[in-house]
Amino acid sequence: MAIIKYYGAIAEATQCNEEHIAVADLNISDCVELLSAKYNLNAFEITVALNQNLVDIDSTIKLTDSDEIALLPPFAGG
Amino acid sequence: MKKVFIKGPITPQFISDAIEKHQTKHSIGAHNIFLGQVRADEIKNKTVAAIDFTCYEGMANPILEEIREKAFEKFNLTCMHIYHSLGTIKAGEICFFVFVSAKHSKDVYDATEFLVNTVKKKVPIFGKEIFEDESHQWKVNQ
Repeated sequence: MAIIKYYGAIAEATQCNEEHIAVADLNISDCVELLSAKYNLNAFEITVALNQNLVDIDSTIKLTDSDEIALLPPFAGG
Repeated sequence: MKKVFIKGPITPQFISDAIEKHQTKHSIGAHNIFLGQVRADEIKNKTVAAIDFTCYEGMANPILEEIREKAFEKFNLTCMHIYHSLGTIKAGEICFFVFVSAKHSKDVYDATEFLVNTVKKKVPIFGKEIFEDESHQWKVNQ
């Protein structure tokens, strides 16, 4: 099971800050699509981080159980 | 790793102490300070009372370290400090403090602008604008 983290407006939509999901045979793109459908996130501008590094939302990098994936809304520091 | 995130507002006393700590560093001839303050924006007849800041700290800290290294490469600095608040910061309170020191003024102006813009753009910080009636919207940087 990989860990999925949610922040800001996306965490508000998912109503949780993190969860574990089975990622066997999933890549980044599949995973985002799955979660977008589950939580109705299509309206959000999402940036994706894999193990704390930004990756393309359409990336075909395969996920493993030790991965940490984060769905991030637009950054708003300062 | 330098501590950037502070729970609660950045107080005038904290800023004053930071200035005082640099008075023993006699190679410094110029300091520049940027302070970000929470604005009471009026949006659709509602007024922002506070911003609740959160961040993805595991990702933010290495990015801040990279930004710091880049600033030292690009500009001739003696030292630099970045602080950002987490939690609820009321309108009028300080949430972002960038403090840059060098021998000469040009470097501190350029470095401050670089740091402020880069932190806003690259660091995963999120802000919930809370209105006076306790409803909210999510902050988007201009």
